This record gives sequence, structure tokens and C-alpha cells, in this order.
Amino acid sequence: MEATGFDSWVLSLTVFLPLVGAVVIMMIPKAYEAEVKLVALGSSLLALIIGLYITIQFNYGAAGDLQFVVDKGWIDVINSRYIVGLDGLSLPLLMLSLVTVPLCLIYSWNHVPEPGNTKAFFILLLILSTGMNGTFVAQDMILFFVFFEIVLLPMYFLIGVWGGEDRRYASLKFFLYTLFGSALMIISFLALFFLSKDSAGELLHTFDMRVLTDVAGVGIIKSTQVWIFAGLFMGFGIKVPMFPFHTWLPDAHTQAPTVGSVILAAVLLKLGTYGFVRIAIPFLPDAAVSWAPWIGLLAVIGIIYGALGCLAQSDMKRLIAFSSVAHMGFVMLGIATLTDFGINAAIFGMVAHGMITGMLFFIAGSVKERYHTLEISRLGGLLKSAPRMGWILGFASMASLGLPGLAGFWGEFPAILSAYNPGAGMPEETFRTYMVIAAIGTVLAAGYLLWLYQRTAFGEPPEEFADHEIADVNRFEWIAWTPFLVGIALFGVWPNLIFNVTDDVVAGITASVEAIAAGN
Amino acid sequence: MDVLLAFTRPSLDWHALAPELTLLAFGTLITIVDIIWDDRSKQTMPTLAGIGLLATLVPILTLAVDGTERSMFGGAYVVDDFSLVLKALFLISGYIVVLMSVDYIREGDYYENEYYTLMLTSLLGMVMMSSSRDLVSVFVALELLSIPAYMLAAWRKGGPRSNEAGLKYYLMGVFASAVMLYGMSLVYGLAGSTTFDVIAQELGSGSSNPIAILGILFVLIGFAFKVSAVPFHTWAPDTYEGAPTPVTAFLAVASKTAGMVALIQLVFVAFLVRDDVIQPFFWLISALTMTVGNLIALRQTNIVRLLAYSGIAQGGFMLVPFAVAADAPARAIEAVVIYLAIYAFMNLGAFTVVLAVARKTRSGEIDSYSGLFQYAPGLAVAMTVFLAALAGIPPAGGWFAKFGLFRALLDAGGGWAAALGVIVAINTVIAFAYYARVLMPMWFQPVTDGDERPIVVTGALGAALTVTLLATMAFGVLPGLVGHFGEVSVLSALGG
Repeated sequence: MEATGFDSWVLSLTVFLPLVGAVVIMMIPKAYEAEVKLVALGSSLLALIIGLYITIQFNYGAAGDLQFVVDKGWIDVINSRYIVGLDGLSLPLLMLSLVTVPLCLIYSWNHVPEPGNTKAFFILLLILSTGMNGTFVAQDMILFFVFFEIVLLPMYFLIGVWGGEDRRYASLKFFLYTLFGSALMIISFLALFFLSKDSAGELLHTFDMRVLTDVAGVGIIKSTQVWIFAGLFMGFGIKVPMFPFHTWLPDAHTQAPTVGSVILAAVLLKLGTYGFVRIAIPFLPDAAVSWAPWIGLLAVIGIIYGALGCLAQSDMKRLIAFSSVAHMGFVMLGIATLTDFGINAAIFGMVAHGMITGMLFFIAGSVKERYHTLEISRLGGLLKSAPRMGWILGFASMASLGLPGLAGFWGEFPAILSAYNPGAGMPEETFRTYMVIAAIGTVLAAGYLLWLYQRTAFGEPPEEFADHEIADVNRFEWIAWTPFLVGIALFGVWPNLIFNVTDDVVAGITASVEAIAAGN
Repeated sequence: MDVLLAFTRPSLDWHALAPELTLLAFGTLITIVDIIWDDRSKQTMPTLAGIGLLATLVPILTLAVDGTERSMFGGAYVVDDFSLVLKALFLISGYIVVLMSVDYIREGDYYENEYYTLMLTSLLGMVMMSSSRDLVSVFVALELLSIPAYMLAAWRKGGPRSNEAGLKYYLMGVFASAVMLYGMSLVYGLAGSTTFDVIAQELGSGSSNPIAILGILFVLIGFAFKVSAVPFHTWAPDTYEGAPTPVTAFLAVASKTAGMVALIQLVFVAFLVRDDVIQPFFWLISALTMTVGNLIALRQTNIVRLLAYSGIAQGGFMLVPFAVAADAPARAIEAVVIYLAIYAFMNLGAFTVVLAVARKTRSGEIDSYSGLFQYAPGLAVAMTVFLAALAGIPPAGGWFAKFGLFRALLDAGGGWAAALGVIVAINTVIAFAYYARVLMPMWFQPVTDGDERPIVVTGALGAALTVTLLATMAFGVLPGLVGHFGEVSVLSALGG
């Protein structure tokens, strides 16, 4: 059902307000820095306020249906339309994206990293925001593709201009990997366009994601489905990133400026997992069943590999980056089970990982700013020199290792549990093996995170920093961090806030998978 | 014999010929004005040429509004929607090139009136090309557009590189013409006619004479030289680097478009029945062209050479739909036309930035772009948009062009088409690697020579930049604009 009146504008506003802000900033001369900052924050906060309005107006009784739908003509020649809509799957991720950007703007308020240039930095963050928000609400494959790609260039420049020493290498690697994935992804989109049939066997020739979800790949022969899924897998899997396509991630994270890492971890990686849940599985459930054991395998390899990678790191930021590989492995394992339980856990895991790892990167950035190094062996005694920051680091680490009562737990634990009893038509023994391996992964996670915490926060401050005044958390950091900290605790004790929203959509997806499996 | 003796004057449709005549009139006018006013007239030359090009758009518009398909000389010269769309594209590209040339030609102390006359003549050949549905008229149009271009390439007559450029281009061009003529003679010998319609019938009617294959291949290879497809591309980089930059832009865009237009008509009207020949030929040549062009582009250090090789690779992308010419003819034509239209703007835009930057740095090395973002942020952003478009990254225009290729391939379906699709995908990634090599110094590096004075963009260059930038972005955000023209041009070229 299409929205009317103001409700038909809200999604477009959340998507394009940041872009409007970026355009306005382009008109403001560089010297007026205060105005630049205010416009940037203003436009992103306005988008957030509209996001809150959406959250309030959202009909939670029908969370499985798309709401606030707008369906307008766009590229008539290829039958692609401007369709946006929001359901229980999009809502948490859209809100995560809407919250993250203003926090990043506030965090960089007075210290845009070298070589400065607040104006360009903020413009890029705002363009990035448009791409991310748009991806989560687009309901037309071409529109989705355009938004999915819009994020590439701003992130490339964020890493390349404001990044660390190896920034050129890292930014290019990030770009080429993702571009390769999306080039294959668009081929798959087109194959879906040309091959999808409705129940009567008529070719549909549509990019409308609602329709393609409904027909669920019926009419495309199985072997073709498997190939199309392979293209989608490359597109989304590289973005997640899944082992063995993860190698761009540690470089990109390590070299990116702090807020770049935060956005990368909090939102960009979710574009990939979101793609699996929104597109790959519902469109091609039959192929998904064939692929799921392999996805599960890569996911658990990612979990173990990421954890072992963490144990080998000497750089705090790189360690957090590798932990991302492991955590996204849990998310992918949850998705691969194709169960209600697993996919719900995966979506929860996306949000939780976004907040927790985003938080860890924020702290890493602040540590770097104070100590001018992230070499773990040179750090220490954070709890003495900057106790509040030390406690926050502890809190985030605990959340990250999946301590019950904090958000990380609800992403990880159910994902592992769901592997005990995977969806219909899937090899039980295989997934139970995965479950055991993933469980070992959580032990390793506790190991590397506690080890990180011990070495950086405990003990006496090292001698080389003895004379330095290490400032504790400042005002801007408090403002930027509090929402994440509150979120981690809140969703930890009250996970149903998210599960209730996502469950209807997930039930729809698993129902179609089961219907296919039963038909085989 | 009676047929030859009884000559009847062919009926001329003056309305249909109005664009060509207008262009011819302005070309002549420039020469006359130069003779009468001599040196005093120099200032007005680019203006006159520009007005001439815009004035030629008027009859094209009236013809488009009129909408009837007009055929003359026994089907040898056709004015339909396809030809009108491409004529307009040639004229607009020509206009942008004139804008790019104004300051370059004036400050370089080159001959001005001859330059613009030759450019208009070359454009006349291109405009004719898009209507030619006959081997003879194709050849006449081709020579009419090529010969002035040979001279333009050698316009910096004091510089040895420019002379080399012109000579190389000339020799290779003549060689290609010879090969093509031989092929045409074979085709004519088999079909007994030079018009495409008849050729199509004759080639389709049974006998699979191996000579036909030879004839078709020679004609196609002749044009492969023109569009600098690998392995017939060797002239392009030297010519592009040596020629004056606006001329390079003209060759890379307008001249290449003309070659593609000729190929579209030859392949889709005359040779389509022999899909057993053309589809494998184009599969191979497009895969080779984009891959080799891209790989060599990776190693370039000069921006013009880089754009030359990138142009070769882009040409390879444009040849992709020909590989499914018979399987999905409508989609394939649409894809090529859309690609040509978007390519014209994004590539001309990139050359405009190169011209603007070279006015200050006097260098074509990629290193000279270091720190451009710091002292000329506008130009840096513009260049970023053009390079992103060439790489095919939304929302800049080029993505829709690449999308068209994929669409044609998947519409045709089958393993070979899908394999070519994957090759395109891989090449897209390789291409970004060298576009990024230009982006990196611009954004990530400090200014090398410490000279941070801003770049003064002249009015004409500014205008060219504005037009190309707006078009590139508009095509990306609202691809329907260009998609419409692609769709229109399909139907008519296939004979409705």
C-alpha cells in the first residue's frame, strides 16, 4: 500500500536530506567553518528526527509489510522505478545508519584528522550517509545498486585523504574489491530481471524487489539459480566481508580515519549482510538452500581465522578490524542456517556489532590521539591515566566478547544455537560441527579481547608517557559515545526491542525457504 | 544498358538534407569571411563555427518533430530517428570541441579559420555517415570525415610529435581504407548491389560462399582500425599524444563515434544474417580490445596517453553488444547508442579538465596533478566525476552505459554472452585501477612544485566543463534522458 501525504515523503527525506546538506555546504566558502559544521550536523540531525518519526509511526503490528511505500517512475526505458519502503528488517538498520552519522560529525567537530579541510570531510560523510540510508530503503534493484555504489567513492576518499601511512594502498584495495563484487552483482540482478517468471510462467521483466520476493525464483531452473546466487554472493560477500574476500578489511580499517572506521564497521559492512537477507535468500531460496552449507563453512572459517588473526596483532586498531571478520562470521552463520532463529540473531548481530565495534573504533581513535600510537605493547595503564576511557573500553570489550546482558550476546549466542537445528533440507551434522567450531570461536574472542584489555588498561602507565598529561573523555566524545553505550546496554537487557520488529519479516523469508524445500 | 543511359534526376528531399547543407554553408562562410577580412576576422571564427553547429541542430529538430522516415537515392541515404539522434550527438560533441579549442588555438598562434573549416567539414562527414545505408555513401562519408582529421592531427606543424601524429594517423587510415575497399568490392561482387538492404537479402539467400566471409571480415577490419580496436589500435596512442589536445578529444569522441555508427549500420542492416561470422568476430575483438587497452593503460604516466588507452578500452566496451548483434538486436543497438552518447560527454569532460590544468602546469604528466584538490578544488571534483563516470560508478553517468552492455548480453543469454559479461566486469575493475592513479595525486598528495596559485578557467572552457558535467551527472541520476534516445534509435535502424 502506498503512503500518502507527509508519510510519502519521510523515507525520501531521510535519504536525501544529508545530500541536500552536502550541496548547501559546497556553496559555503571554506573560511566559514562554523556554518559548514552547523549545516552538516543540522541536516543529519533533521534526517535522524524524521527517522524517529518513522520509528514512532511505524505500524509494529504489520512489521512484515513494507510501510511508507513510494512507487514513482524513474528509468522507464528499463522498467526500473523509484520504489522505497521500510519494513521490520530495514528499520533497525536505517536507524543505526541515521544515528551513526551525526555521532561521527560530532566526534570530528574540532579535530578533523590531518590534513584538515572540514568542509570536504563533512561533505563526504553526508554523501556517504545518503548512500547508506538509501540502500536500506530501496525496493528496486537498480535503485538499490545505485545507492550501494554511492558509498564507494566517499569512503575511498575518506581513507585515501585522511587515512594513515598506507592509505593509498588501502583505499585502492577497498575500492577494487568492492567494485569487482558489485560488477558481478549487477550481472546477477540483470539475470533475475530477464529470467524471473510469475506463477503463470510469464516473464516478469521487473526490478521490483517486492515482486521478486513474492515469486521467489520459481521458474528459473536450479542450475541457473545457483549461478545467479554466485554473482550475488560475490557482491554481498565481499562487502561483509566473508573469508576469503576479507583481506581488504584490515587494511581499510587500519588506515581509515577514526570516523571512517566507525562508519565502515557500523554501517557499510551491514550492506552486505542486509543484501543476503533482503535479496539473495528471498529471491532465490532454492539456490540459497544449496549454497547455505558453503556459506556456513566460510562463516566459521571466518570466525576462527578472524580470532586467530586478532591474537597475532600488535596494533589495537588492526586487532579490532580482525575481530570484525570474526563477528561478521557469526552473523553469516546465523543467516546460513536459514532458520527463523538464526536470521533474527543475524539481524540483531548486525546492529549490535555496529554499535559495539563502532564504539571500539571510537576509543581506538581517541587513544591514538592521546598516545600517538596504537602499538599495544607501548600502551598500558589506561585505567590509571584516563579512568573513564578505560572503563568504557572495558565495557565495549565485554560487549564485544558476548557477555550476557549486553547487546553482543544476543547476536552471537542465538546464531550458534540455531546451527544446532538448521532449516529444512540442510545437512544437520555439518551445521552441528559448525556450531562447535563457532563456540570455540567465542572462547577465542574472550581470549583476545581480555588480552587486549589487560595489556592496554591494566598496570602502570608506561614510562614513555609518564610525563604526558593523558586527558580523559572530553565533552565531544561523551556526546558522540553515549548513544552507543546506552544502546549496547539497552538492547542487551531488552533484546525484544529488535527481535519483535524483525521477526515478522524473517518469518516470511523462512516460510518461503521451507515451501521450496518441501517442494523438492 | 538502358538503365544506365536513361538517367533520371533523383528526387531531392531538401528538408532531409537541410542539416548537411547548413553545415556546408557555414564551413564555406568561414573561408569567405577569412578571405575578405583577413586577420581582423580571427576573433569571430570560433563564434561562427559554434553558431554553425547550433544552427544545424535546428533542421534536425524540425525533422525529429516531423518524424517521417525519409529515404533518398534508392535507399542509400536515409534520415530516420537513429540518424537524427546521432547527428545531434555529433553536432553537440563538435560544439563542445569548438569550445575547448578557442583558447588553445588562439594562444598557440595556429591558423584559425582553416582549423574551424576543417572541423566543420569533418563533422559534415560524420553527419552524413549516420544516414549512409550504402557501401559507397559510407565510404564517401568516411573519407570526408577522415581527411580533415589527418590534417587536424598535424596542426602543431612546428612540433615533430604532431607531425608524427598526423602522418601515422594518415598512413594507417589509408591502409584501413584500402582493406575496407577490397572487402566492399568482394561484398558487391556477391550481392550485385551496394545498398545495405539488398546486401542483406543476397547474403541471406542461401549460398554460403566463403568469399562472403572474407568480404565481411575485411570491411569490419577496416572499421576496426577507425575505432582503434585491438589489434588494429597501434596508431591511436601516438596520434592522441602528438595531436593538439582539442583535436585528440575530437578524434577520441567524434571520430570514434562515427566509426561505431558505420559499424552499427553495416552489422545490423547489411550483415546481420551472417551472425555466424560477426558474433564470434566481435566477441573476440571486444574482449581483446578492452583487456589489452586496460592493461596497457595501467602503465601510463602521461594523462593524454592514459586517456588514449582508456579510450581504446572504452571502444572495446562499445563493441561488446555487437557480439550479441543477432541474438538481441534491439538491445544491442540501444546499448551502443547509449554508450556513445554518455561516453561523448564524460570523455570530452575529462579532456576539458586536462586542457584547463595544462594551461597552468604546461605538462601532461599525471604527477603534475599532485595536490590539484588543494588549489583547484572545482576542477578536481569535476575530474573525479568524469573519471568515476568512465569507470562506471553511480551516480555519475557511465554506470548506465555499462548497465546497457550487461542488459544486452543477458537478454541474449547463453554461456558465451555470460562469459563476455564476466570479462566486462573484470575489466571494469582493472579500469578503475588506472583512473584511481589520476585521482590519487589529485586528492592524496601535496603540491609538488609548491605553486598553489589557482587555475584560471577561461569562459569557453568553463562553458564546456559546465555542459559536460551537467550532462554526465544528469545521465547518471536520470538515465531515462539518454535511455529514451537509445530506445528511439533502435526501431528505425532495424527497419521498423
